[in-house]
Amino acid sequence: MPNDIIFTVNNLKVHFDISSPFITRLINGAPKLVLKAVDGLSFRIRRGETFSLVGESGCGKSTVARAVSGLYSVTSGDIIIDGQNLAEVKNKSKITDISRRMQMIFQSPYASLDPRWRVRDIIAEPIRAFGLAKNKEDERSQVEKLLRQVGLSERDGEKFPHEFSGGQRQRISIARALSSRPEFLICDEPTSALDVSVQAQILNLMTELQDELGLTYLFISHDLAVIDHISDWIGVMYLGRVCEITPKAALFSNPLHPYTRLLLETIPDLKGNNKRSPLEGEVPSPITPPSGCTFHPRCPFAKERCKRERPELITLGESQVACHAVEEKRL
Amino acid sequence: MRKEQTLTWWGRFVDHDVTYSFLHSPVTVIASIVTVLMIIAAFCAPVLTSYTPFVPGSLNLLDAFMPPAWEPGGVSEHFLGTDGQGRDILAAIMYGTQVSLTVGLLSVLLSIAIGIPLGIIAGYNGGWVDTAIMRIADIQLTIPPILIALMIDGVTRTSLSSEVHELVAIPVLIVSIGLASWPQYARITRSGAMVERRKDYIAAAQLIQTPTALILLRHIFPNVVGPTLIVATIGVAVAIIIEATLSFLGVGVPPTTPSLGTLIRIGNNFLFSGEWWITLFPAFTLVVLVLSVNLIGDWLRDTFNPKLR
Amino acid sequence: MAVVDISNLCIEFPTRRGVLSAVENLSLSIEAGEILGVVGESGAGKSLTGNAIVGLLEPPGHVTAGTIFLNGRDITHLRESEMRKIRGAQIGVIFQDPLTSLDPLYTIGRQLTQTILTHQDMTRAEAKKRAIDLLIEVGIPAPEKRFDAYPHEFSGGMRQRVVIALALCCEPCLIIADEPTTALDVSVQAQIITLLKRLAREKGVATMLVTHDMGVIAEAADRVAVIYSGRLAEIGTVRSIIDNPQHPYTKGLMDSIPQIGQNLKSLPNIVGSMPRLDDRPSGCAFNPRCSKSKDICRRELPNMIAAGDTGQSAACWIYAEGDEYA
Repeated sequence: MPNDIIFTVNNLKVHFDISSPFITRLINGAPKLVLKAVDGLSFRIRRGETFSLVGESGCGKSTVARAVSGLYSVTSGDIIIDGQNLAEVKNKSKITDISRRMQMIFQSPYASLDPRWRVRDIIAEPIRAFGLAKNKEDERSQVEKLLRQVGLSERDGEKFPHEFSGGQRQRISIARALSSRPEFLICDEPTSALDVSVQAQILNLMTELQDELGLTYLFISHDLAVIDHISDWIGVMYLGRVCEITPKAALFSNPLHPYTRLLLETIPDLKGNNKRSPLEGEVPSPITPPSGCTFHPRCPFAKERCKRERPELITLGESQVACHAVEEKRL
Repeated sequence: MRKEQTLTWWGRFVDHDVTYSFLHSPVTVIASIVTVLMIIAAFCAPVLTSYTPFVPGSLNLLDAFMPPAWEPGGVSEHFLGTDGQGRDILAAIMYGTQVSLTVGLLSVLLSIAIGIPLGIIAGYNGGWVDTAIMRIADIQLTIPPILIALMIDGVTRTSLSSEVHELVAIPVLIVSIGLASWPQYARITRSGAMVERRKDYIAAAQLIQTPTALILLRHIFPNVVGPTLIVATIGVAVAIIIEATLSFLGVGVPPTTPSLGTLIRIGNNFLFSGEWWITLFPAFTLVVLVLSVNLIGDWLRDTFNPKLR
Repeated sequence: MAVVDISNLCIEFPTRRGVLSAVENLSLSIEAGEILGVVGESGAGKSLTGNAIVGLLEPPGHVTAGTIFLNGRDITHLRESEMRKIRGAQIGVIFQDPLTSLDPLYTIGRQLTQTILTHQDMTRAEAKKRAIDLLIEVGIPAPEKRFDAYPHEFSGGMRQRVVIALALCCEPCLIIADEPTTALDVSVQAQIITLLKRLAREKGVATMLVTHDMGVIAEAADRVAVIYSGRLAEIGTVRSIIDNPQHPYTKGLMDSIPQIGQNLKSLPNIVGSMPRLDDRPSGCAFNPRCSKSKDICRRELPNMIAAGDTGQSAACWIYAEGDEYA
């Protein structure tokens, strides 16, 4: 069912020019420096499902979220939402329509709400921007409904963000994201700044809202347990590339890529089975990534070919994986 | 919960941390009272005193060089004495403070009216816009206000008749002081805007296609204006000093509508002939005024933005 | 004898709206070679406890009651100059953000030798050798080469290792690690935890590991203290707390942690949020969120008593003797 796909990303590249100013470069003879934050990323999301991107910090997962939402400009590649390629849409009303249907929840519950605005104005901002309320009265009732929907009281609308705890602020953030009646929500580490007991509340709220409103989520996190709880599909990222895309169940029962295995091994285990074998080494700098498969310096299965040749995603059953060892059936 | 609702705005105001901090800083309380009294005395001068020291016809040369009331020869009608033309010193100070305050306030208003928008635009956009605006600010900073005032004063003095020149003297002062000090407000606002633009509430506003002008006006401006206004309070004191300096040098306010600086200059001529009161009282007023405004500014800065210290 | 022994510690913050009691009647001790995990939500007072031990409470916070003994010596109200000696020589401190503990202007080699020379009688060459040994010990590759590098030239994980090396300079008997892994990636996290564990086992360092991450606790700690709203809720061995929590708060906390392969539609969670310090309910601070709360829970503060059959103690009326909780 191809029309089931609401969201497609094809060979997405986001490069940042991080070189010093032109004059300085000229004087020092320094080369242009390009940070390839995202370098050839493809995935698809079905309507009503949750697709998660997981990876260590610096792997580019947050950059994907911001590029997809339009906050960062894309170097190359296609972002297709509901059959419309974002790069080709030039019609202003269509752009407005797409941005209405796509909203975002941010990581920090402190920086994502304007401290000078009342909560009701924060939530009403998208309603006003897209003209979704017939009049002031209608806007008011929409905001009150949203506040109830995220588990806050109507009176909370009169307050300022600093009067709320981290978890409550994240609820406000969710209410704002929902106020333009979107279909697609980008969630950039929405719970990683919260305490565990509060995290559970927010995750539950997000699943309830998904069921109720038929939302599609692109969920970004570094926490595999959270990912496991909320996702249908998982993409594992390493240095700006996807190394594995699988249904949730397959990732944890049958990880294919050596990096996925490493990640799974490093999760602290509450059961206290202290068989975690910390792999030495850290993520290399994305400015000077290793040749070939970027994971090869840390990979126990790396061979000559891995240093030379960049592996492409190959399909294995439902999953896709980018690894020479898997392709050669060495793994 | 109930407690919050029953409080009126006055109750909240009294209970507020800022009010508390204010009331527990006696120096600030005294400085504020002094400042308010001086503002009242300055702007209500026509009501508070019957003397009109700067209407030449109302002066009597027989009253000239009267010492203050408590000195031998002083009279209670002229409490702080009179100057060489029989002007009442107290009334002259009241009118002079009015001119000084007007110049100080308006020039700071002009500075922030230029500095805040430019700072916000530079900080939010970054890149070459930022570089361009901040280079202009740097160039501006290299020209001291006294120089600008001297230049503008020189041009207007030669190109305009003396009546017109006296008429435009105060606006010229305001413009030259205002122009000279906008870069510092631009800098503070810029650094604030650079911090705010990275926060996610700005991203949220960008996501829903909010026009940049509205983001600047509704999100960035309210969040960066506070520290700038605090610095502006101290800026008023600085502007008053600059004005006094210029007037003392004779390039500022003309003697027909003297400011505190002009009064000090006039009195300076009589200092060595024993008429000390003509220059001392205006000078003392200037010191108290500037000190009070500065103390209020310091308190505002410490209370709202301790990091600026 | 315990390396550090805290009893009935109270920390208060006087404000103009009244005194906030941030930590109340907290008692715990750490033996040599033991890692005690201290867990709780943000604002529960876990970091304050660590800061109180090393005398780094931010004013106006101060210890109002209780004692802190370090190797039998009362260090509760030492003067700052005395405390500084102890901080350098006997207690090592590791904070969440490695950058706050390192001076960006000096090479890490200089910072290490400087610290060693301040507290120990050594020549410069000996100090350098000791510094390099420390860098080897915390697992920094090619330490001779990295000796003259500045903090910004290190990655996050390596920086945290340097901070640990700094903390180890003078062979402390107690390490206070305040969220040492929170800013790090999972794979690096594992490396740091392994390092902390090795130090405890091999050198007999007592470690207080303050964190909100139960995964880290499960892996590193021997015993766990759970703090709720400034009070000790439960304390016991790591297995008893994780596998068999007795205090209703600990139970709720454990249930709310998502686990791989759990496949739950919705996560169990504790309704509501931790009360603000100035708004603590009477009796047990957890009573408004507790499904088992009774009259006595709202009236009286529970004491720490033995709870369950796995040896831990909890501050909960459920486990009170007789029929007080009926």
